[in-house]
Amino acid sequence: MTELTTLTIAQALEGLKKKDFTSKELTQAHIGAMEKARPLNAFIVETPELALKQAEESDKRRASGSEGALEGIPLGIKDLFCTEGVQTTAASHILEGFIPQYESTVTKKLFADGAVMLGKTNLDEFAMGSSNTTSYYGNVISPWKRKGQPNVQLVPGGSSGGSAAAVSAGLVMGATGTDTGGSIRQPASFCGISGIKPTYGRCSRWGIVAFASSLDQAGTFARTVKDNAILLRSMSGHDPKDSTSAKKEVPDFTKALTGDIKGKTIGIPKEYRIDGMPGEIEKLWQQGIDWIHSAGAKTTEVSLPHTKYALATYYVIAPAEASSNLARYDGVRYGIRVPSENLREMYEQTRAEGFGDEVKRRIMIGTYVLSAGYYDAYYIKAQKVRRLIVQDFMNAYEKCDALLTPTAPSASFAIGENQDDPIKMYLNDVFTVPASLAGLPGMSVPAGLDADGLPLGLQIIGRPWDEEMVFRVAGVIESLAQFTHRPA
Amino acid sequence: MAQTIQGKTGDWEIVIGMEIHAQVISNAKLFSGAATAFGAEPNTQVSLVDAAMPGMLPVLNEKCVEQAIRTGLGLNAQINKNSIFARKNYFYPDLPQGYQISQYEHPIVGKGKIEIDLANGQVKEIGITRLHLEQDAGKSVHDLHPKKSYVDLNRSGCALMEIVSEPDIRGPEEAAAYLSKIRMILRYLGTCDGNMEEGSMRADVNISVRKPGAPYGTRCEVKNVNSVKAVQQAIEYEAVRQVEIIEDGGSIDQETRLWDPAKMETRSMRSKEEAHDYRYFPDPDLLPLNLEQNWIDQIKETLPELPDQKKHRFIDTYGLSAYDAGVLIAERERADYFETVAKNRDAKLAANWVINELLGLLNKNGKGISESPVTAENLGGLIELISDDTISGKIAKDVFAEMFTSGKAPGSIVEEKGLKQVTDTGLIEQVIDEVIAENPDNVSAYKGGKDKLFGFFVGQVMKKTQGKANPAAVNDILRKKLDN
Repeated sequence: MTELTTLTIAQALEGLKKKDFTSKELTQAHIGAMEKARPLNAFIVETPELALKQAEESDKRRASGSEGALEGIPLGIKDLFCTEGVQTTAASHILEGFIPQYESTVTKKLFADGAVMLGKTNLDEFAMGSSNTTSYYGNVISPWKRKGQPNVQLVPGGSSGGSAAAVSAGLVMGATGTDTGGSIRQPASFCGISGIKPTYGRCSRWGIVAFASSLDQAGTFARTVKDNAILLRSMSGHDPKDSTSAKKEVPDFTKALTGDIKGKTIGIPKEYRIDGMPGEIEKLWQQGIDWIHSAGAKTTEVSLPHTKYALATYYVIAPAEASSNLARYDGVRYGIRVPSENLREMYEQTRAEGFGDEVKRRIMIGTYVLSAGYYDAYYIKAQKVRRLIVQDFMNAYEKCDALLTPTAPSASFAIGENQDDPIKMYLNDVFTVPASLAGLPGMSVPAGLDADGLPLGLQIIGRPWDEEMVFRVAGVIESLAQFTHRPA
Repeated sequence: MAQTIQGKTGDWEIVIGMEIHAQVISNAKLFSGAATAFGAEPNTQVSLVDAAMPGMLPVLNEKCVEQAIRTGLGLNAQINKNSIFARKNYFYPDLPQGYQISQYEHPIVGKGKIEIDLANGQVKEIGITRLHLEQDAGKSVHDLHPKKSYVDLNRSGCALMEIVSEPDIRGPEEAAAYLSKIRMILRYLGTCDGNMEEGSMRADVNISVRKPGAPYGTRCEVKNVNSVKAVQQAIEYEAVRQVEIIEDGGSIDQETRLWDPAKMETRSMRSKEEAHDYRYFPDPDLLPLNLEQNWIDQIKETLPELPDQKKHRFIDTYGLSAYDAGVLIAERERADYFETVAKNRDAKLAANWVINELLGLLNKNGKGISESPVTAENLGGLIELISDDTISGKIAKDVFAEMFTSGKAPGSIVEEKGLKQVTDTGLIEQVIDEVIAENPDNVSAYKGGKDKLFGFFVGQVMKKTQGKANPAAVNDILRKKLDN
């Protein structure tokens, strides 16, 4: 039954409907794959028993004719989503053993549509990282290998590395992710799958462990654009429990996959041609432009002049918010506590032991930029630049319907590379961070392989609330790229 | 209770600004649906948001916003249509989020002003700087265990209004009047119960001293002042302390001090150097608060008559003295009670009875006006009996005492006990004749010039009629009989 793990979600829904197999069988096949793939360390917690129970209930619902849009589909859930009765850690030691008594809105919606949870996927600690090497629960290993280097372990990207690796390796049919500065799009690119970060406010943040509240947004991973469209529809919608979630109708995103972009204009931002960009990325981008033309659409060069400030802006705002969001992990109410003689020591030792280096680094940066005397120079300045970046995009969208860029400036790299140089690591997000700052929908689609045989993705960035255009363009690139490569 | 302090080098003026924290009356907390009742078992009114569980988000409670607007309007203040919630970051176990959601640069209410009444009858205006909404913290309990502290999060997340005054207050009397007036206004508005013992209203007092006309001195903030009396005591102590330091050649350090009501002193809590850097920034979990003028207007229409308006109306329409009006408006229920008593009756008489008789007796019995055994309707009835000469003022006091113990209506007491005033002049004349006949010596003494004996004859007539004879009629007839 191994072939069940190669199906797309759309195919599986069809097979379930035709009673070719049951959700239990589908789930068991994925549990088998998950167990075999343990060396990838894609999961922090596997929940096979829960999955089988959910699958059986799903089969009963289907038998009684009341199936949801994701009825019986086994998924991975990034361990940043709080799941009732299942440990939720954000990949941090400080939350070890924390079992929420509540279900995040996104997972609740997925389960309400019939989804099955196979486990909680690994990530960078508190979603801070671009390589999934900051997890307290160990690195996630990409299922991909460089040609001729079977022993070199590569990163899956981050922060949603476990979700991306699991989807890529066929351990789950789809997965949730969160994207603060690229945490869905970059790992999707590294792992040769599709992933979308919708417009900020499309999905509720309620029950997602917060990293940077003004940037965090839930999204999806799957092996096809259409599967992402199916998943995102189930996850989206206004939530009165999240003041920043938008009162917007959720369209059937699959209907946007018309394959037709004739007459549309796709913007090519000239500032994304950064110095030192690898030739292969440049080539892939040009290939994407050619595909757009062959599909009957135009491309036009647009300017996003403040792009060069985006990373710096992001690395002020995100740590500032994180430094405050992570203050609640104080050892008082949940998670680990290091007992001490007095309160101050308890705080210091608990947080010293509970947080990893990257999290500490960002808490310190964030605390610094909010401090008296620095607030105006850093935080306020960053907010001003953020507004200019938003304006750049709005100006560009007067001339085009969506933007096409590379997703990341490189393919996956080996674990340990870039590790000693945080700035170099931060550069991974150079193409994804601007859309995050502007709250725009962005999607990565696999478009080709580099010389080492590693996947590279192209990114489509849309207007606010226009995920439909993003899906439409992504669908066209997907069909023209014919990316059928899978990890060995 | 002087406004100035007599120092060795002359007079010093006390300059005071106050920050009042008032818990908003609402069924739910500022950003969560948890209940807010006082006195519940520890940690029983705590939502996931209040406990700052991972992934929880605040959602603004519209009722609390309405209460803040109502209060702002009651303080004659500007309502800011755009305000922003900000995070004030600091660590403490009773602050689960590690930050308090407050308002910093953009509060919901801006500048306003209120009037305070001083003992000498003068009225003084005190400026309001701002009012903002914020979350309350929980409560740390340190005395249940020798080494551990306990935390009760019931109060965590309750809505507070912080009302900041301009440094317009001079001396303990004005501070007490200001605090009392704010409390009165909030109670009238129904936005805070003003209960300082339960901690639903708390004050921080900023105190400095200066030579009259000199620039402001360095101020100290005194915390934990939890009654009107404590405010006065803390100011008196703190002002003297500052004057002594300055006159001894020292200088005042800007710091936060704590009032110790047992030792009757303030002591240093933290210096300016130790002051927290709260790292305020706009809360990204909440959208800016934008108010529609329409809503503000609607709230304005539902405002009750406020204490000062009521006071002026009592003076103008009932002809009361400023003092009496002030006593009657001190509580909204008291003013309502008075107005029921006074309706279509002698208002000055009604005011006298409410203030001197009723409030006196209630006070003695430790009761509030809402617990009065004498209803306003019955007290009004008593006033009528006096006004139409059914009973005399003297008898009325006895009837009132009976009303207070039995709760009965005045008419039935007068009826039962036969206390109706005798106005039958024939009957009175008959009694007077008896008295004259029985006291020939006094009659001749009176006629011989001892005018003071007139009172003796009145007394005798009253005695024979058990006090029921109409005093005016007795006077008239007696005079006629004796002076002829």
